[in-house]
Amino acid sequence: MIEIQNVSLTLDDNPILHEVTLTLTEKRIAIVGSNGSGKSSFVRLLNGLRTPSEGRVLVDGYDTQTEGRKVRRRVGFVFQNPDNQIVFPIVEEDVAFGLKNLGVPVAEREQMVDEVLNRYGLLSKRKQPSHTLSGGQKQLLAIAGVLVMKPAYVVLDEPTTLLDLRNKLRVSQAIDGLDQTAIMVTHDLDLVENFDRVIVFDQGRIIADDVPNKALRRYVEAMLDA
Amino acid sequence: MLDLYVEGRSALHRLGPGWKILGLAFSGTVLFAVDHVWLSILWLAISLTLYAVAGLPLWRAWRQIRPALWLFALIFVVQVLLHSWQLGLLVIIRFAVLLLLAGLLTLTTRSSDMIDGLEAGMRPLHRLGVRTESISLAISLTFRFIPVLTSVVHEVREAQSARGLERSVFAIAIPSIIRTLRMSEEISDAIDARGF
Amino acid sequence: MATKDIVLIALFAALVAALGVVPNITLPMAGGVPITAQSMGVMLAGALLGAKRGGLAIVLFLVLVAVGLPLLSGGRGGAGVFFGASGGFLFGFPVGAFVIGYLFDRHIGQPSFLQGLIYVLIGGIGVVYVFGVPWLATVAEITLWQALVGSVAFLPGDLIKAVLTILIAREVRKAMPNL
Repeated sequence: MIEIQNVSLTLDDNPILHEVTLTLTEKRIAIVGSNGSGKSSFVRLLNGLRTPSEGRVLVDGYDTQTEGRKVRRRVGFVFQNPDNQIVFPIVEEDVAFGLKNLGVPVAEREQMVDEVLNRYGLLSKRKQPSHTLSGGQKQLLAIAGVLVMKPAYVVLDEPTTLLDLRNKLRVSQAIDGLDQTAIMVTHDLDLVENFDRVIVFDQGRIIADDVPNKALRRYVEAMLDA
Repeated sequence: MLDLYVEGRSALHRLGPGWKILGLAFSGTVLFAVDHVWLSILWLAISLTLYAVAGLPLWRAWRQIRPALWLFALIFVVQVLLHSWQLGLLVIIRFAVLLLLAGLLTLTTRSSDMIDGLEAGMRPLHRLGVRTESISLAISLTFRFIPVLTSVVHEVREAQSARGLERSVFAIAIPSIIRTLRMSEEISDAIDARGF
Repeated sequence: MATKDIVLIALFAALVAALGVVPNITLPMAGGVPITAQSMGVMLAGALLGAKRGGLAIVLFLVLVAVGLPLLSGGRGGAGVFFGASGGFLFGFPVGAFVIGYLFDRHIGQPSFLQGLIYVLIGGIGVVYVFGVPWLATVAEITLWQALVGSVAFLPGDLIKAVLTILIAREVRKAMPNL
């Protein structure tokens, strides 16, 4: 369970989020909103990449501000641009990075890397330079590098925005298949139709929080009003 | 990434990079400590023999020296005018030997092996409080981002050529640098998010 | 050292390499003198990243060159380039970047164009030549004075690079005030 308690966030004197309170328990949660609505900052609060200016964020009871390491082990984070997330030149090295940081022994590491690469159809690319992968494969590699650490929650910040349709579908399939709780920021509204919950942000506040069709209707109305 | 290594199975290829670096340092020290033309000729012969041992054709050796030819000529002229042609010869041969041997190191050693050696050599620094994982990470990141930034620079260049600015240092450097620096924020977030 | 600093060091090293593979960036106003974008990397590293990060970015770049990657413009690389006539200048580069960065770091507020230029000249030319000239004198068996005279040919190009560095650094800082 992730609890967001009365959280406000200010960056460089700009108010980003206003007194947000939420409890996230569903398995598939989507965060939508226009650009600059605060949704990207919001999800960065969930694994402690940003800490709230006011209020608290608790992941399974651990405060992101004081127990950052424990929180990061629980919450994996997939970024929009896989090029900024893949940090090693060779595919397998990149997947192993998180495991190395967790102190997983080499033999076990190898096996886990194999498993996750196999799951995302990247096993044959294992020894290849990561920059030679296609856009979709890169995003799958980024997801693999996070999932191999076996987090309880996966936060995804617009994982399909930079992809073409075919790759979008592949990545979306991969997300559907996650065993973990997934919290996804997205502009691709068709991807969230079968989610459990959709939260709509506008100007740093939540304007809807409901099942997908109701929340999305409210979102479209708000955008038309503006 | 493509390095300057030339595939081979010779004894020199198999020798650890540390020994080769040591040999290079030793040669440099001896050649400068003993200012003698015959010694440098001997060393030149040894160097060329080593190229043969490594299975490298003579043109490989020539390539190491070629960029310095104009300088050789200049040095020779200066030395003849100021001192003697013998000194000129010594300086040029010594110079050539160092270029040949340094080139031999590069041609017979994979850069990944050099880096592994480097990282192994730095491990004792750990006890002095240096976080050696940071150094390894920095090296890996550089390897990873050279191709990424090369495409960034190419993109910027293409965009600027639409405005006829593809040869302007400003129009290329400023956007490339800004894009690079902007990326750094998300990359460091991504590294932290994976528990570094 | 914070992760952000490690990333900046690595990215800048990679950028200097990337600027080296782009051919044909020459400066029209220098009378066709080919000024590669890469060769400004040293000055820019110091002026933008500061002493420690700037110096280390250049060290990292040169380490990769030394281990055999052809990253210098024109595809040069390997241990040999450090033994060439300009080897001393290469060794001077990271120190030069460090000194430029140090001077920028201790300046309170934004340095003016002229102040910045002086800093870049001290580190990017002064310091670098302090390494390069004696090296040249040693390998060529000439006097320091002769080596200095021999190096003067590069001075006009270096001066232009220093001016460009300041102009570029000012624009970049405008876009990224809290680097």
